[in-house]
Amino acid sequence: MKSAILLGALVLTVILLIALPWVVPYFYIFIGTEILIMGLFAASFNLVFGYTGMLSFGHAAFFGIGTYATAMLLLHLQWPLLACLLVSMGMGALLALVIGFLSVRLNEVYFAMLTLAFGMMVFSIAHMWRSVTNGSDGIAGFTLGAFGLGIDLTLGNPAVYYHVVLAIVIVASLVLYLICRSSFGLILQAIRQNAERVSFCGLNIRLYRLAAFTISGAFAGLAGGMMAPFLRVASPEMMHWSTSAEPVLMSILGGTGYFLGPYVGSALFVLLETWITSVTQAWMLFLGIVLALMVMFFRRGILGTFLDWWLDKK
Amino acid sequence: MTDPILNIHNLTKRFGGNTAVSGINLQVMPRETLAIIGPNGAGKTTFYNMVSGRMQPTEGTVELNGHDITGLKPHKISRMGVSRSFQINNIFPEMTVRQNVEVALSAFHGYSRKLFNLASGNRKVQEEADELLNRLSIGELSSQRAGIISYGDKRLLEIAVVLATRPKLVLLDEPTAGMTPEETRRVTKLIRSLADSGDYTFLITEHDMGVVFDLADRILVMHRGESLAVGTVEEVKNNPDVKKAYLGEDEDDEDGEKEAAV
Repeated sequence: MKSAILLGALVLTVILLIALPWVVPYFYIFIGTEILIMGLFAASFNLVFGYTGMLSFGHAAFFGIGTYATAMLLLHLQWPLLACLLVSMGMGALLALVIGFLSVRLNEVYFAMLTLAFGMMVFSIAHMWRSVTNGSDGIAGFTLGAFGLGIDLTLGNPAVYYHVVLAIVIVASLVLYLICRSSFGLILQAIRQNAERVSFCGLNIRLYRLAAFTISGAFAGLAGGMMAPFLRVASPEMMHWSTSAEPVLMSILGGTGYFLGPYVGSALFVLLETWITSVTQAWMLFLGIVLALMVMFFRRGILGTFLDWWLDKK
Repeated sequence: MTDPILNIHNLTKRFGGNTAVSGINLQVMPRETLAIIGPNGAGKTTFYNMVSGRMQPTEGTVELNGHDITGLKPHKISRMGVSRSFQINNIFPEMTVRQNVEVALSAFHGYSRKLFNLASGNRKVQEEADELLNRLSIGELSSQRAGIISYGDKRLLEIAVVLATRPKLVLLDEPTAGMTPEETRRVTKLIRSLADSGDYTFLITEHDMGVVFDLADRILVMHRGESLAVGTVEEVKNNPDVKKAYLGEDEDDEDGEKEAAV
């Protein structure tokens, strides 16, 4: 019964998301696009954080390299968007494999610090390597060509691009969800709850942590790739450590214990940011207050607290 | 004579100037149950940690079926057929009881590398998990969250997880510690039946002398990191060194309450 209601709510949400460009003011199409992209970014981060139990503070590196990859391919080679995004995914995975290889051997705060340190290095490279990245100006001035697969779309139209992003985010999320519910996903959750017991079951937990980190990097790269046509620029700020904090905050806001938590967190984060910055400069103050209250009283996040309560109810 | 499953030579662990385990020599034969006794701090758990790969020995070697496994990582030793429990319950508290066993079974069968199957749809693993849980008489708890079941049931669950990887050599670290007398009887009976099945070789550390005398084919007595005596129950009982150092002046004190309190 309850699972039927949940499924119904999910289907309704997807229908509303599809209908969104026709029912909301023009400005909110951009907000919707950002929520979807950041939601996928946060969900990819939560595979590592909420499922495997590793707090990565360098995820902006994978997100950012995805943005750069798509922006550069659009600028220099005018590839179809879908091909660019696949490269973004690959670049995110590759960078995560390298950084993960060096980081997953450490636990907890040391892992967080090491990923933060690597994230800062990647940011610096993007910032300083002017001949490739164009420094702080970033990669801009590219045009949007074809989508790929022979599908004819006007990607420059915000409503069309919103639907493209929605479709990609849904497909990517389904894949990510399947991974979370697989035997591999079960092992990741076991590692979060008791890593030692897992290694005494005969599994090399470093390998599983690295695999989770790499998969996460791939989806973060994909999310980053979709940012390039949206923002029309790839700049080093996207790799700044403060960008790494966003999926952390979104996951905690929405709830790390449920797959859809980070998406809810993304919606909350982006909407609050939009509304609060329109009336006051003190966005960070309000974010801080909301976050402090969440951590003190609703540690399971908005979606997590609600679902825990509702699923417990007879 | 058959070859020993476990052959330990001069196993030593020093922490700085402190010697926790000193020059242990031990041969464990297939299918026997060997109890390791000794007061707290005698080095029993450190000994386990070295055999199971949790700690690197300072000196000495551990051979499993003739292969040198000294200093290998825990997951490698586990893969070679050694499984262990811990003194403090070591389970996956947020998962259901059945999922706890499924983790170990997925690891053993190699499903853990599958990214796109549905873990909850794996019939083979589920049936095997239920079978194992029934064998440990906690089958009816299978869909409970592991973190909220009773202490004794958690200990049983950990034994189920330990057995799920089909080990040849099972190291149990105080399996009845903190249990009620009823639970202790249940676990003792269970280990007895597992040992009688001839599928396992057991090492058991235990403070409860009743359990030890009931289960052990042989006993290793440890004292301040050293091996004080090895032998059958009778041999160890009559060993003058053991009487003096461990079993104490009161020979009738077989339930070990005094030792447990040391």
